[in-house]
Amino acid sequence: MPIELVVNVVIAGVLTGLVYGLMALGLSVIFGVVRVVNFAHGEMMTIAMYATVVLFASLQLDPFLAVVPVGAAFFVFGYALQAGLINPFITRPEHSQFMLLLAVAIVMVNGLLMVFGPDARNVQVDYQLESYAIGPILFDKARVYASATAVAASAALFAFFKFTRTGKAIRACADNYLGAKVVGLNVRRYYALTFGLGSACVAVAGCMMILLVDVSPVLGPAYTLLAFVIVIVGGLGSMAGALLGGVLIGVSEALAGLFIQPSAKSMFSFALLILVLLLRPQGLLGRKP
Amino acid sequence: MNRRAAVLLAVLAAMLVALPAVASSYVLSVATLILFFAFTGQAWNVMMGFAGQLSLGHSLYVGVAAYAVAGLFFHFGIGPWAGVWLAILLCVALGATIGFLAFRFGISGVYFALLTIAFAEFTRIGFDHLDWLGGPGGLFIKVEQREYSDLLNLRGPPQMFYYVMLALAAAAFALCAWLLRSRAGYYWQAIREDEQAAQALGINTFRWKMLAVMLSSALTALAGVFFAFYYNNLFPEHIFHISRSIEIILGPVIGGVGTLFGPILGAAVLTILADSITELLAALGIEIPGVKQVFYGVVLLVVVMFLPHGIWPALARKLGLEERR
Repeated sequence: MPIELVVNVVIAGVLTGLVYGLMALGLSVIFGVVRVVNFAHGEMMTIAMYATVVLFASLQLDPFLAVVPVGAAFFVFGYALQAGLINPFITRPEHSQFMLLLAVAIVMVNGLLMVFGPDARNVQVDYQLESYAIGPILFDKARVYASATAVAASAALFAFFKFTRTGKAIRACADNYLGAKVVGLNVRRYYALTFGLGSACVAVAGCMMILLVDVSPVLGPAYTLLAFVIVIVGGLGSMAGALLGGVLIGVSEALAGLFIQPSAKSMFSFALLILVLLLRPQGLLGRKP
Repeated sequence: MNRRAAVLLAVLAAMLVALPAVASSYVLSVATLILFFAFTGQAWNVMMGFAGQLSLGHSLYVGVAAYAVAGLFFHFGIGPWAGVWLAILLCVALGATIGFLAFRFGISGVYFALLTIAFAEFTRIGFDHLDWLGGPGGLFIKVEQREYSDLLNLRGPPQMFYYVMLALAAAAFALCAWLLRSRAGYYWQAIREDEQAAQALGINTFRWKMLAVMLSSALTALAGVFFAFYYNNLFPEHIFHISRSIEIILGPVIGGVGTLFGPILGAAVLTILADSITELLAALGIEIPGVKQVFYGVVLLVVVMFLPHGIWPALARKLGLEERR
């Protein structure tokens, strides 16, 4: 097998992995702060992808511009979901929260099925077929732009948590629920804000992902599982870990598709998940629980 | 259990035994399905409801057991009377592996749930590439319509399958009722409520959690054996899918986690609800894919929000059948 092919496949895997990373970052941020596992995460991703498809079909809006309205809409949606539905559940047992988000996910998948039907949809823009070449190494334009957007969105989120007062307050809520309450933070509002931010992350990732793959309603649960695998591998609650996990899974999927069978690719992701859970359950970059 | 509950239970049992004499074949198939989910729900409840270990991968045991008996029958003509032992053995070994790895490495809560999903998904994709057992194209067992019941080979009329499932569900119910009052049951509940406190009292939590996982997987294996010979076709995409695992846990969660009647009530409510929605939509002439599931999701949402402990505890209070939890 020519080495150029392997290098090209790895590069495509890294670039796709960064978009995966942004999707998983949303899940990780929500879990890290609210301590609720968003079982509807992949379903939200597919909704964002469909939203981009619709905006493109009706207004010829480029997916890179769709990031703004879709991201904003998802922020509001996530905020409302946490404030209205999930906040009453934060003191309930885990399985109860799980059932709540599962119900939301079932409604989302099948709502999409009702509206769009089971067939795959995509967007077609001219730069999807172009690429940058450095010697024999090719970089797909769409992938490069998508991953750059994912990295920019992740960096913005890092900066928000690191440097703003609101970000600091959210971190305080994550570190110590009771302590944050005692110093007078409105914890539930910050939870809602966090869920909104996590949803915006997954929305941006969805806008980018539609440039790389076709979307159908059944992708939702698959993306949920993928996001879980990524955050567990990287470290649940660790922001850098989510990106690292995304890249690792992106590359392992790409290589499995090249060397074995494309249909077996997620088997490697799950094998990696089992290994990480057993050898380093807090994830590669996670803190000891 | 008080006297009133005992009388009601006896009436329910009598009705279930008499059902095939009066029911149409459609009603009988729905009843068989309810009993199937009551049984698998009861099996899952041993792990989650009693011992507090959340499994989201029970489709693994149904699938492996079904493929084990179906594979033996398909390739070697060995009937389920022998295959069932292999199925139980495999599932207990798998459950023990998952339990051992998780509990030894201190994996609990969400992480444990994700580990169970990972094993089920891993196996699903593995079976997709296992051509000896049909791969993604599925494994089919020869369908035989027999008028008489051949229990050892699980061949016979629908009534036989109904009674097999009824016997399994009743046995699981009795077993769970006994377990809850046994030493193991009390240890499990102690672990469920507070694992550290249980450990401090001298309970070997590792051993008792292992017992819960192995028992739950063995019971679920029986459901898998039944599944293989009731439906006669197996697809990895179908049987190992995470939505199968979710179907298994919906009943007990809706009915009431950790209760004895919860899994039965939940299975009945959900199956009847799903079927009525199908009938209603057919009657209205609505044929949009997904409508039924959306409705299902909304009902689930409402139950989870307003009846956090499930339907059974609320109903039991109303009927004066207070079950000690």
